[in-house]
Amino acid sequence: MADPEATDAKPEVKAINPNLERENEIKAELSRKFPFLAEDCTIQRVRRMWVKVPMDQLHPVMLHAKEQLGFSMLCTITGTDEGDSLGLLYHMAHDNGIVLTLMTNAPKEGPGPSTVTPYFPLAELSEREVIDLLGARIQNMPEGPRYPLPDAWPEGQYPLRKDWKPEGATASPPNPKSQEK
Amino acid sequence: MAEMTFDRDVVKVPLGPQHPALKEPGNFMLSLRGEQITEMGIRLGYNHRGMEKACEERPYLNDMYLLERICGICSHSHSTAFVQAVEEIAGIELPRRGLYLRTLVAELERVHSHLLWLGVAGHEIGFDTLLMYSWRDREVVMDVLANLTGNRVNYGYNTIGGVRRDITDEQKAALFKATDILEERTKYYVGLATTELTLAKRLQNVGYISKEDALRLGITGPTARASGVTRDVRKDDPYAAYAELDFEVITADSCDVFGRTVVRVGELMQTYKMIRQLLKELPDGPIAAKAPRKIPKGQALSRYEAPRGEDIHFVRGNGTDKPERVKVRAPTLVNIQAVSQMMKGAYLADMPITLAAIDPCFSCTDRAIELYDDAGNPNGMRTWADVRAHGIRHYQERGVDMGDLNRRFASQMERI
Repeated sequence: MADPEATDAKPEVKAINPNLERENEIKAELSRKFPFLAEDCTIQRVRRMWVKVPMDQLHPVMLHAKEQLGFSMLCTITGTDEGDSLGLLYHMAHDNGIVLTLMTNAPKEGPGPSTVTPYFPLAELSEREVIDLLGARIQNMPEGPRYPLPDAWPEGQYPLRKDWKPEGATASPPNPKSQEK
Repeated sequence: MAEMTFDRDVVKVPLGPQHPALKEPGNFMLSLRGEQITEMGIRLGYNHRGMEKACEERPYLNDMYLLERICGICSHSHSTAFVQAVEEIAGIELPRRGLYLRTLVAELERVHSHLLWLGVAGHEIGFDTLLMYSWRDREVVMDVLANLTGNRVNYGYNTIGGVRRDITDEQKAALFKATDILEERTKYYVGLATTELTLAKRLQNVGYISKEDALRLGITGPTARASGVTRDVRKDDPYAAYAELDFEVITADSCDVFGRTVVRVGELMQTYKMIRQLLKELPDGPIAAKAPRKIPKGQALSRYEAPRGEDIHFVRGNGTDKPERVKVRAPTLVNIQAVSQMMKGAYLADMPITLAAIDPCFSCTDRAIELYDDAGNPNGMRTWADVRAHGIRHYQERGVDMGDLNRRFASQMERI
């Protein structure tokens, strides 16, 4: 039942409803429209789908998912530090409870994907978050104040990057009770 | 910060970030034409505490306690959303009793949050009797929560793999009794919300957002449901024990603050039903499964219907005892952006109650007021000294001279 690609996460997750009909339908529809996605679409469990999308295909795939497949809500955008690039995860929710996550990679220094605010106006703050905290270069952002860091925050400091450490930070907070092995 | 506008009719008023009426800092830049708001800009981030980064440095269990402290009201929401994601990555199957107890505290938290909101809403519209009543009744559920979990807020009830405390028969009996009292009181509020003319007149057509806009913007929680959007994670994407519970998603179609009140009190009635069902059908067995200290590689997205809307946590594990990445999205992040839409064309006086559902905001124009200068200063602004001199002159012209009084007061003070 589970897609072999899912083994990266874990062998299998016990699902409340093991019937994955709807998920498989969406996967088939996505693969038909975008053949290059067929390999990279994972059904992790009931109502959770992950799909890897090349950066230049993000907008067509997102628009198709929104307009044709009914993923009408963009929950949020998660930014991750993948070492030599940034991961951007667009979590899109359907009214029937399925969440389709579009995973794309953006360069750390070069231009990233264009803003998705034309389709999801409230994505603005989520995009500002990945810009501020991870240094993603989202293109064509609407004008507005930064979020969430203060206006006086120095340029080029991206706190959520793995190599960024706050001044005076220790590797882990002192905890006298824990006996780390 | 504020752009200087030379439209004489439009005044820009910054509210916040710090002022006595708002519990949390946020800045709202209002453009006012008379009493009407033409535009509202929002600047957030004053409460950014770097929690997502901090989570990467701590073991999973510590993170749970840290994330519980994101919010004092939705504390169980955040800790549950987080542990659900961790449990999914680790492939832990929870005992049903643990799931039921987790759901029980979640619903009790909803009662305390909605009653708190009702009081705040009452306060914002000058109906302080409602504040006194609903906060008094809220004490009932706070006592129950303290009795069950050991704390009034930040319960520390969850653990990875289940919950930390079982429920005794005495606690169950006390909870049934408390639910009866709360239900009785809530019935009164339902009556109040649907028949009291003062409330209806004050709340109708305030903070209007149409169903189309609600869907387009993707707002969540009672705010969306009051605009006729049947969206509730407990039904759409059931977690914990919700798939086994009987309840209805309460909606309203008035799209305003009145609808949001009706939805919330209606939800309370559903919650009491769920609490009774959870207690009656509470399965036997252990309350928690054993969880490994190291969580395998993998990622999960967890959704949770918090009292204020949908709470989302994304967790990625890397095989160690600390997560690779934790991402939190609270419901207010989307809902607050919809407030600018609601406030367009609305009156300034409706601002506090419109904001109330997502933490209220009052006038605080004393912090950085900008006055348009008709005396012809080069930058078009009046200085604070100008304003002060103008005030003194204004009163002197009308025969009120505080100067003498001030001098006498100063000499009195010297003698003491």
